[in-house]
Amino acid sequence: MELITSIKPLLAVLVTLLVMPVLVSSSNKPNVREGWTFVAGTIKFLLVLSMLPVILDGNQIVFTLVKIAPGADIAFRVDPLGMMFALVASALYIVTSMYSIGYMRGLNEHGQTRFVTFFALAISATIGAAFSANLLTLYLFYEILSLATYPLVTHHQDANSRVSGRRYLTFILGTSIGLVLPAMIWCYHITGTLEFSGAGIFSGQLSKPHATVLLLMFVFGFAKAGIMPFHSWLPAAMVAPTPVSALLHAVAVVKVGVFSIVRVITGIFGIEFLSSFELGAVVAGIASVTILVSSAIALSQDEFKRRLAYSTIGQLSYIVLGAALLSPKGVTGGMLHIAMHAFGKITLFFCAGAIFVATGRKYLSQMVGIGYRMPVTMTAFLIGALSIIGLPPTGGFISKWYLVLGTLEGDQMVMLFVLLTSSLLNAAYFMPIFYRAFFCTPEEAMFERKVDEAPLMCVIPLVITALISFVLFFAPQPFLNLAAMAVKGFIGG
Amino acid sequence: MPELLDLIVDKYNYWLYIVLMMIGLYAMIGKNNLIKKLVGMNIFQTAIILFYVSIGYKKGATIPIIQGDHGHGAADAVIKAADYINPLPHVLMLTAIVVSVATFGVAMALCVKIYQRYQTLEEDELRMRLSEK
Amino acid sequence: MNNYPAIVVIAPLLGALFAGVAAWVEDRATYPIALASLGIAAAAAVNDLITVMISGPIQYNMAGWAPPMGIEYRIDGLNALVLVLITGIAFLNLVASYKNVQQETPDRSGSFYVMYLLFVVGLVGVVSTGDLFNLYVLIEITSLSSYTMIALGDKDRGAIASLNYIFIGVIGASFYLLGVGYIYIKTGSLNMADVAAMIPAMTESSTLLVAFILCIIGVWIKMALFPLHVWLPNAYAFAPVGFARIVAPLMTKVMVYVMVRLMVSVFGYDYIFTTLSLSDGVVWMGTIAILAGGIIALSQKNLKKMMTYIIVCEIGYMVGGAWLGNELGMTGAILHIVNDALMTFALFLAVGNMVYKLDRVDITDLQGLFAKMPWTMGGFVIAAFSIVGVPPTCGFFSKWYLILGAFEAGAYHFAAALLVSSLICAVLFFKVFEVCFFEPMSEGHGHGDDHGHGHDSHGEHAAVAIEEAPVASVITLAVVSVSLIVVGLYSGTIVDRIILPFLN
Repeated sequence: MELITSIKPLLAVLVTLLVMPVLVSSSNKPNVREGWTFVAGTIKFLLVLSMLPVILDGNQIVFTLVKIAPGADIAFRVDPLGMMFALVASALYIVTSMYSIGYMRGLNEHGQTRFVTFFALAISATIGAAFSANLLTLYLFYEILSLATYPLVTHHQDANSRVSGRRYLTFILGTSIGLVLPAMIWCYHITGTLEFSGAGIFSGQLSKPHATVLLLMFVFGFAKAGIMPFHSWLPAAMVAPTPVSALLHAVAVVKVGVFSIVRVITGIFGIEFLSSFELGAVVAGIASVTILVSSAIALSQDEFKRRLAYSTIGQLSYIVLGAALLSPKGVTGGMLHIAMHAFGKITLFFCAGAIFVATGRKYLSQMVGIGYRMPVTMTAFLIGALSIIGLPPTGGFISKWYLVLGTLEGDQMVMLFVLLTSSLLNAAYFMPIFYRAFFCTPEEAMFERKVDEAPLMCVIPLVITALISFVLFFAPQPFLNLAAMAVKGFIGG
Repeated sequence: MPELLDLIVDKYNYWLYIVLMMIGLYAMIGKNNLIKKLVGMNIFQTAIILFYVSIGYKKGATIPIIQGDHGHGAADAVIKAADYINPLPHVLMLTAIVVSVATFGVAMALCVKIYQRYQTLEEDELRMRLSEK
Repeated sequence: MNNYPAIVVIAPLLGALFAGVAAWVEDRATYPIALASLGIAAAAAVNDLITVMISGPIQYNMAGWAPPMGIEYRIDGLNALVLVLITGIAFLNLVASYKNVQQETPDRSGSFYVMYLLFVVGLVGVVSTGDLFNLYVLIEITSLSSYTMIALGDKDRGAIASLNYIFIGVIGASFYLLGVGYIYIKTGSLNMADVAAMIPAMTESSTLLVAFILCIIGVWIKMALFPLHVWLPNAYAFAPVGFARIVAPLMTKVMVYVMVRLMVSVFGYDYIFTTLSLSDGVVWMGTIAILAGGIIALSQKNLKKMMTYIIVCEIGYMVGGAWLGNELGMTGAILHIVNDALMTFALFLAVGNMVYKLDRVDITDLQGLFAKMPWTMGGFVIAAFSIVGVPPTCGFFSKWYLILGAFEAGAYHFAAALLVSSLICAVLFFKVFEVCFFEPMSEGHGHGDDHGHGHDSHGEHAAVAIEEAPVASVITLAVVSVSLIVVGLYSGTIVDRIILPFLN
């Protein structure tokens, strides 16, 4: 493995940051503004993409921005795991930008300039987190992301979003300052470094009880991952406009949470270290509880986006569970799920938003027979749902397959049981939606049998993401290779 | 007990300044009238000036003007430090007096300003007037 | 001989003199004089800092008298840094506050600038001097000018707040003066370096102990360490904005500097932490100051008052950090002097802008401010995040060193207090942000009766016209807010190049 110094990771972070003043200054010309968003998004994606061959060749890209203290600089390092995440996030940013146009203009929302500007900031922070070389940099972008998304979540500026915004910040900021920050400084105090490394940074300075406490501080502290009991910000954040829920609360924000946990497990503690203390089971246990409980809660949610939110909470814990299995297949599955779930869930959110734009409805009980009116949307919904449940022919099947293999590899039958049960639950909360959309008696149907889809700018993105979910079943190689390389780096051999 | 007495008599200058300081402090905290507080403040500062002046003093010494001829002899004369009191603390206190006079002046001016606005210098009345606003 | 250390002090002093004369003739002539003299001082301070970083500490004998007889100005990394900070902030504030001064003290602007310059003279003198008694005199120059300036503020309460400040200020300064007297009794010298050389030989002396305690308590009163803070909130909240903007960031921080100077360069670590082992108690005081300041700030209804209690809270950071007794803690405390001065400056700049437009700044008056004053609020948000300690703003990095120091010293209560105060500050500021962001402008400020179609009409938020503070204020605020991030990113350099060389 070679370390190549290049400024590209910094540029990838900066490009959407630098475009912010342009966005603000063109606030009176929406088309120009959106044009710039696309330009920046595309450049960002291409920058990320241009680093892919280097990573696939087994090399890594590093760049140090400023030195703060030994072992804790503001620095970037592009490795397979970060590459995978950045690829997903930057690709979906373009799609979501398109969707935002349809959605925000379709609903004639206020403050669109503010919206796109903070969106750009949020995606910069996401890429920054993906490319972080150490925990300090990761924390930096994690916090920026928390604060950048606040005005997005509370976009409507009404009493409801005020309450939700407060809950959002309380959980996210409270845990990151209250748990992650001391845990991080504790690490630095013990080891004098925060650099991620496959072998972990501890070499015998931690006893098992201390390691347990530290690990739990991280797992609960990265509350963006939605591990129970620090999950309830996510349903609250559903007051946000749907593009926010779609990109941030299905992809960027929540994935930064799980990504951080995966980073800490693989890069700070190290898989071997955790195996030697048998701490994987602790995290896996917490994740399993979250998976089952959230899936059960999702069953009873009538608001479309809230059901999706609880589903997300469960799916995020799959990723944590995968990493906590501490077996090569399990970790691979967890990482793959970052990508697979992203494409699946964003499709579902896009569908929910499209239905809201077209009909103004957000409760599932009001959507009986919607399939006749919005067939394209609901077909995409089916693909997305299949991917989340983990059925072929969708990408979700691949990641779940690896997760199941991981449990078998580690001989963890309880976890296998959890995975299978939750898949059933997933099916139980998604399939009825689809069923009632298409297969209802004419008397029950709430819509006329006349095709009337949402604006094209809403429909195209969801078709794209649904197609990607579908294609990933047949061609998962790019992500699979990245995950395999990452695992090799973490476990060795 | 005799030791304590000795301690007090020996270092009476310190005790005196402490007593004065406490009187000043009491007036600053305990009095209701702003002018009385100012007087307390002045006593407080004067106590410290006394302290400094007393530490420069030596028994049997004289003012620090070098005796003998003012011509060529002065340079040759052997100067015994013990013969003269230490002038430095006294000089310092010139500055401190200036500071305390300036402070006192500013404080007085403020009192005038307060009186012009509220027609009183009693603190409790001021407090009442402020809470009415 | 390099005369820059003197120029830093002399330039504003002469400026004050000229401005005073000019004010007799024409009030308006004072402003350019003030600006020019502070510009010169700032340039000289930057020159000092560069010289120190290249060739080590500068020793300057005032009027050519060698110490210990004469007064020595000794510029090392620490005070060069603080000098740049003081002159820089004083200069920028003068640029930013021109309109505020015109608005608040239209008939006294001449005297305002004269006192302003004298205040800066005092501050830079305190920081430059190497003489203990000279330090006292300069502290009193600073204090005297701030007494008069505060009295220029709020018509109802300014004079009373100022008088209360005088009473407590005099007690603080007198304690320090007494302490210096005892040092003189014991060592016969007033030169810091001279005294520092003698102290290791007399660590058992009770006179020295009394001297130390008196000096430190005097400085604590002046810096408003809880519970000696009672004078600060009223004095700063009722001062005129143009002055509050400089006194709030600088006065307390310079006193912290004096404390650090006394600890490091006069009494020495060994004496304080080994002979006296005072660390634990004072760190607890810092902890209590942090928590108390934060909690009282939570209960404030006025934005200015709230900010003043945040200062009380931040003083706890620095006192606690300096007394942890290890290098990391001291590094954090010194770094926080710089960072806190900058972020408090940014906060007060923003608050001053609001005062300029709104007059009253109770939190409930701030409705719809994000739409009305977006640039001011932008700066305010960055400053607030720095106080909370969000990376990459500078507030995070000093907190980082402070918490590391607390871990090393085993002072977990102090580390916990730092974290809790971050959370409290987050609550504080988001309380303000919520009012600014969610509540549309009330009738008083808005366009009459848009009461009827209340909250659900989206157009309402967009309809507010932007009404910003003067351009100079806004630009200054932008510069300072950006500097919060830049200083944050370069805090590693500041620590390596300036603070660590000073401590070792």
